[in-house]
Amino acid sequence: MSHVEDHDSVRRDFLYYATAGVGAVATGAAVWPLINQMNPSADVQALSSILVPIDAIEVGEQITVKWRGKPVFIRRRDQDDIDLARSVKLEELVDPIARNANLPPDAPATDENRTLDENGEWLVEMGVCTHLGCVPLGNKAGDFGGWFCPCHGSHYDSAGRIRKGPAPRNLDVPIAKFFDEQTIQLG
Amino acid sequence: MSGIPHDHYEPKTRFEKWLHQRLPIVGLIYDTIMIPTPKNLNWMWIWGIVLAFCLVLQIVTGIILAMHYTPHVDLAFASVEHIMRDVNAGHMLRYIHANGASLFFLAVYIHIFRGLYYGSYKSPREVTWIIGMLIYLAMMATAFMGYVLPWGQMSFWGATVITGLFGAIPFIGESLQTWLLGGPAVDNATLNRFFSLHYLLPFIIAALVAVHIWAFHTTGNSNPTGVEVRRGSKEEAEKDTLPFWPYFVIKDLFALAVVLLLFFAVVGFMPNFLGEPDNYIEANPLMTPAHIVPEWYFLPFYAILRAFTADVWVVQIASFLTGGIVDAKFFGVIAMFGAIIVMALVPWLDTSSVRSGRYRPMFKWWFAFLVVDFIVLMWAGSQKPSDVMGWISLIAAAYWFAYFLVVLPLLGLIEKPLPTPKTIEEDFNAHYGDAHNAPAE
Amino acid sequence: MIRKLTVTALTTLALATGGALASEEIHTEDVAFSFEGPFGKYDRLQLQRGLQVYTEVCAACHGLKYVPIRTIGDPGGPELPADQVRAYAKQFEVPDDSDGAEPGDTRPAKPSDHFPPSADPKAPDLSLMAKARKGFEGPKGTGLNQLLRGIGGPEHIFSIMEGFTGEEKEEAGTTFYENTAFPGGWIAMPPPLSGEDVEFADGSPNDLRSEAEDVAAFLMWTAEPKMMARKRSGFVAVIMLAILASLLYLTNKTLWAPIKHKAKSEDE
Repeated sequence: MSHVEDHDSVRRDFLYYATAGVGAVATGAAVWPLINQMNPSADVQALSSILVPIDAIEVGEQITVKWRGKPVFIRRRDQDDIDLARSVKLEELVDPIARNANLPPDAPATDENRTLDENGEWLVEMGVCTHLGCVPLGNKAGDFGGWFCPCHGSHYDSAGRIRKGPAPRNLDVPIAKFFDEQTIQLG
Repeated sequence: MSGIPHDHYEPKTRFEKWLHQRLPIVGLIYDTIMIPTPKNLNWMWIWGIVLAFCLVLQIVTGIILAMHYTPHVDLAFASVEHIMRDVNAGHMLRYIHANGASLFFLAVYIHIFRGLYYGSYKSPREVTWIIGMLIYLAMMATAFMGYVLPWGQMSFWGATVITGLFGAIPFIGESLQTWLLGGPAVDNATLNRFFSLHYLLPFIIAALVAVHIWAFHTTGNSNPTGVEVRRGSKEEAEKDTLPFWPYFVIKDLFALAVVLLLFFAVVGFMPNFLGEPDNYIEANPLMTPAHIVPEWYFLPFYAILRAFTADVWVVQIASFLTGGIVDAKFFGVIAMFGAIIVMALVPWLDTSSVRSGRYRPMFKWWFAFLVVDFIVLMWAGSQKPSDVMGWISLIAAAYWFAYFLVVLPLLGLIEKPLPTPKTIEEDFNAHYGDAHNAPAE
Repeated sequence: MIRKLTVTALTTLALATGGALASEEIHTEDVAFSFEGPFGKYDRLQLQRGLQVYTEVCAACHGLKYVPIRTIGDPGGPELPADQVRAYAKQFEVPDDSDGAEPGDTRPAKPSDHFPPSADPKAPDLSLMAKARKGFEGPKGTGLNQLLRGIGGPEHIFSIMEGFTGEEKEEAGTTFYENTAFPGGWIAMPPPLSGEDVEFADGSPNDLRSEAEDVAAFLMWTAEPKMMARKRSGFVAVIMLAILASLLYLTNKTLWAPIKHKAKSEDE
């Protein structure tokens, strides 16, 4: 073996590896869009955050809006609801965690930690029973002046916390904030 | 697998032996990709790989598009716009699929004309040729039904016109057309079944492709000289051939990269050049576009379909002989399918003792005219019907039939072919021995 | 051989058919839009002006039902800020799809809604108009004009805006307006723009020509909102394949070199 041939074979190997490498990169670049196309499309993403006008909701009224395919309850609570919810002690709760996506995961389930504003007037929560996913009935339904799930008889209080029945957790509070004074932004 | 002697797969490890006794799949793959291939193949032999790639490309992008498409008359057009506007990279995927059909047909036409020039269809490769023709027919059906799916004006009226061809068949035509459409006209039932069949047919094509490859791996590849590989011994065969991997895989991949470069230039910078603007208007059963044209790859046969009008004497004779059963419309349909059937029968129509057109001085000219004829037909098919166009189409259509039915049978009898090389090795060495010769061709 | 044949074929074709067929000529002016060519981009401010022309003039009759309103805030489009997109959406009334809404109820549109469809049923939807029309054709059915100048959809829209001669005629109770860019020469649409139809906030020229150019560019964007992304993908693909093809060429050459070398030595 001469040095020239050695040199040639090194050059040849380098060429082969370079070709294979570029081929692999090109294939990868072509495959990524084929996978990414299954991620949510722009029209789905556009609905991941919605604005809900709340100026028409009177005190003591509740609306249900569809967000990310599920119902969300937005309730403007009256003073009775607020007083009732704030009179409950944490020890009385089945689930002592706030279940509020806007707060740390271990925040306690005080009424203040459940509502959107400090006064406790606005309560936003998923309308999905934490038992098996039915939509609970509202407007002071059930034994605790909040919601009642007709499927298997779970009772939620006026802050949406589970008090009685098979459901394991408080109703989830989704990511929400005041967009302006008349609008709540979900997501 | 082929009749050419070569090294076969020998299982070495215990696992390989264990698997080989139960399922010789590694051996099958080995024999397929190491198949001895004539070493003098030129650049016209790359289109098979391009076609295989096109099939995979169309199936993959098609399955993806089906995830976002809705086959319903009220929603189909909007769902295509959803793909174009909202789906991640959806616009690229759809343009690749739409232009991929064009690449597929471009490659298949070059592949077919290569076969016709080099006599690849001749004995013992008739079955390969027939399977290829079946693939081509299945491709046409798939492309036609795929074109209906976006539910634009051309989709709708193209479907109406082409299914109308079946209505031209005497006696059963009308019920056949109704059966195809699922109603008296192109409607939701038609769209739904076309979607289903458009999804199914590519897999049938894939199966036919496997048989096509199996067939020519059994006979061995054809090559530009038409001289067969020597099969007396392994040593002799190795002088004429090289294993497919790596020599032809790398060569074909290089060619594929160049073809794809051009393809992506079209997809990226002029994706609608080959399309019809009218197909960006949603289908309207109450309004026909001013000028219905099929996609470019159907144009030659569309021209043949239109060429035979009632005032052509062949049509009049046919009509007279059959008592009016074969009218101009039906004659056009027969001519269109006949144009493909005569091509499929070419292994038995060509009487020449020499395979490759390279050594047939007269054949070369007739073949050149056939290529011109094909392009003229393509162009004629795109034009609005007129007297001049009618004559051009008729003459061109007549030559198409004459080439296969008259020229090829007679040429073999009167032509004096040039001497062919004794072996493939001789051809290869003559080619590369002269350094001034360009590689390939 | 095949290459030679193809060239021969094309030459023969060109000679044999010269003047065989004359197509209906329509007058389309070739406008140098900013988005033409492999590196062409939409002009954001022009799209905003075009959106304004569309909203204040075209939208009276025409619709854009395939275009989601949110996309006017997308990068590569008119790119309005989010609050302006919301404010813009509110001017349109769309069918109310909320719980308890009666059929026929409407609500103000949100960015996630689409533009409304045509208000006048006779007016075609404009979402895809710039791709549904061709401005250039031929010559002789070869498509060379479209290859060199583009298909000419936006040019066609521009030329329609500019092509009114002022002549009118009445046929079967409908008034037709003569237009040099419209196939057949007579169009049912009255001249939509006459110059100074809109006031641009930034003081851009609002003569007929400028307005027509702006609205044509805007409609090209509604028809092909992903054009810039597409050209970028195409460019990356072409560069990558060029590198790959060069490497494969060298690999192929290296691989075959000993085989061809042997052939040479044996031939001598």
